[in-house]
Amino acid sequence: MNDYAVEVHDIGKRYRIGAAPAAYRTFRETLTEPFNKSKSKHHGKMTDDNSFWALKDISFNVKQGQALGIIGRNGAGKSTLLKILSRVTEPTVGSASIKGRVGSLLEVGTGFHPELTGRENIYLNGAILGMRRTEIDRKLDEIIAFSEVEEFIDTPVKRYSSGMYLRLAFAVAAHLEPEVLVVDEVLAVGDAEFQRKCLGKMTDVTNEGRTILFVSHNMSAILRLTNETIVLEKGKMVMRAPSVEAVDYYLSHGFSQGGERFWTAEEISKDAAPFTPLAIRILTDRNHVSETVRSTEPFQVEFEYRLDAPITGLRVGIYLISTRGEFIFTSFDVDDPEKFTQYGTREKGKYRSRCTIPADLLNEGKYVIGVNASTFKIKRYFHEEQALTFNVDGTGAPGTQWPETRSGMIRPRLNWEIEGID
Amino acid sequence: MGLETSPEDVRVTIKPSNGWKIIDFKELKHYKELIFFMTWRDLKVRYKQTILGAAWAIIQPVMTMVVFSIFFGNLAKVPSDGIPYPLFSLAGLLPWQLFENSLRNASKSLVANRNMITKIYFPRIVLPLSSVLACIVDFFVALPILIGFMIYYQYSPNIYALLIPYYLLLTVITAFGVSLWFSAMDVMYRDIGYIVPFISQLWMYLTPIAYGSGIISNPKLQFIYNLNPMVGVVNGFRSSILGEYIKLPIQSMILSAVISILILVSGLFYFRRMEKQFADVI
Repeated sequence: MNDYAVEVHDIGKRYRIGAAPAAYRTFRETLTEPFNKSKSKHHGKMTDDNSFWALKDISFNVKQGQALGIIGRNGAGKSTLLKILSRVTEPTVGSASIKGRVGSLLEVGTGFHPELTGRENIYLNGAILGMRRTEIDRKLDEIIAFSEVEEFIDTPVKRYSSGMYLRLAFAVAAHLEPEVLVVDEVLAVGDAEFQRKCLGKMTDVTNEGRTILFVSHNMSAILRLTNETIVLEKGKMVMRAPSVEAVDYYLSHGFSQGGERFWTAEEISKDAAPFTPLAIRILTDRNHVSETVRSTEPFQVEFEYRLDAPITGLRVGIYLISTRGEFIFTSFDVDDPEKFTQYGTREKGKYRSRCTIPADLLNEGKYVIGVNASTFKIKRYFHEEQALTFNVDGTGAPGTQWPETRSGMIRPRLNWEIEGID
Repeated sequence: MGLETSPEDVRVTIKPSNGWKIIDFKELKHYKELIFFMTWRDLKVRYKQTILGAAWAIIQPVMTMVVFSIFFGNLAKVPSDGIPYPLFSLAGLLPWQLFENSLRNASKSLVANRNMITKIYFPRIVLPLSSVLACIVDFFVALPILIGFMIYYQYSPNIYALLIPYYLLLTVITAFGVSLWFSAMDVMYRDIGYIVPFISQLWMYLTPIAYGSGIISNPKLQFIYNLNPMVGVVNGFRSSILGEYIKLPIQSMILSAVISILILVSGLFYFRRMEKQFADVI
């Protein structure tokens, strides 16, 4: 025997393209397929044209008690990998072996029936998650206490508020005590408080020496909870390294998709003429186009546009807006009076306006950039409030030693002085 | 918790399945508590927020019996082999409703529980299996009403009543086998949900519930008719509790058993081959 809790050998998963598999086979084929002895014919229907590899050649081991992070942009195969490891779906090729029970915080509330009472659902959900009845009996009081819904435990859960429902569901999942815990934070539901509870539970679990596989887009959570991380890209594992290195690689290689927006002719109103927006992009400190920037590093916003005729008094600028629509700031390329004089009239041609957002300004989270091209009190040529979105990663920002969400959209590094005054 | 040794401590291997084993009894045994709780949930939920509750398990066959007695017994004067028509039809309806309810509930069990299938691993067969088990409980709830009618009409079971468990087993095996086909197909083609009620209705008219099988006299037709395993079940069930009104249909009993087992084995096999893609296409 060995001490690996999870071993994965050359796992691959192939999916058909297209939502409806029915489109690719007839009813008769479906009926006869299982009785089709020839393996090659069975798989032959999936060709390179109508299928793709969601995962390919994935191999790794996880030691007992280790927490392994899994990062990658959307569609990289993270969730597929977790689904294979939790046996929800089968790999197309390869094999994996897992020691002990696999639990996941994804399963919260699975199988809950609205007509059953809280207590009945604890038993049902526990059985669905793989708990023995004796185990549930033993933990029942603890689960009820943890859920904080004692008074309503014999009420059908359809009368619960969504918060109570989630708390009860989580209480059951949290008491499963699996040997291997699988967490897909990307798919996690619930409010901030609930997510905080999940992360708290994960920390406990790590301390108890259980094995964790953690998928997240939240780099600070990855760094906080895992020592090692694998990076997936387009279904392939491109790196396995200590989390600090892996996160650094991920953020600096512009894996985080997007970060750039091009306008097509149809998107631009005729009123904009002679102004034509071309592209807007976010550039990291290392000059990569990226959707994710770090709070602790400066980054640039670059706006490209074309003038088909000269414009006098033009100002081109950006808005920074929160995802809830609050304006954080507005800034124009000719805010400086000297620049305004210098670019009094812009001739016909292509231009690029670029600004640098300083380090230690934004809190972690998602932001929206809007653009505006106008002449003061004369004409607004082009205006779009949702031109591009990007993420700010809080890793290393002030106060990240505490795993909490900081209120506010900015997170400046302030100079504090502490002195005794006795 | 590390001190506990449980079956979970064993290593689980994950790989593409291609075995020809049609059912993994060892694994199913491991999940027996899940089977129990899913059956319990089905029963618990079925009559929730109804005034009459589990009485519905009795009312349903009795209401059908009343309708049959009025239309087939009194108006159409369908021959019931000398047995009072209400008793005759009820004795057919009880095993039939066990069959029909099992078929209907189990056929939709996978799609109805798709959130479980896409999130958690468990042997998928647990879902149709527990649906069928819940229907067996309903059958036993309704059984006393038949006994009541037998006392009222002064009929007593004969020695062949010992075969009742065999008939019930045959009913359940057939319903489960067909449900395995339908539930697995339902995952991919929701058309099944519309087809099943129609099929079960047609099937009922091909089974001697409202009429006695004596009305089919052509031997060739009779043979085809007897291919329906429910014919053997219903005839056998009736003859064992309503006295020696017909002789024990040995031939059709064997035929029924063979066909039921064929349906079950093919269903298990089909289900097994399809289940690996349930989570991907449901």
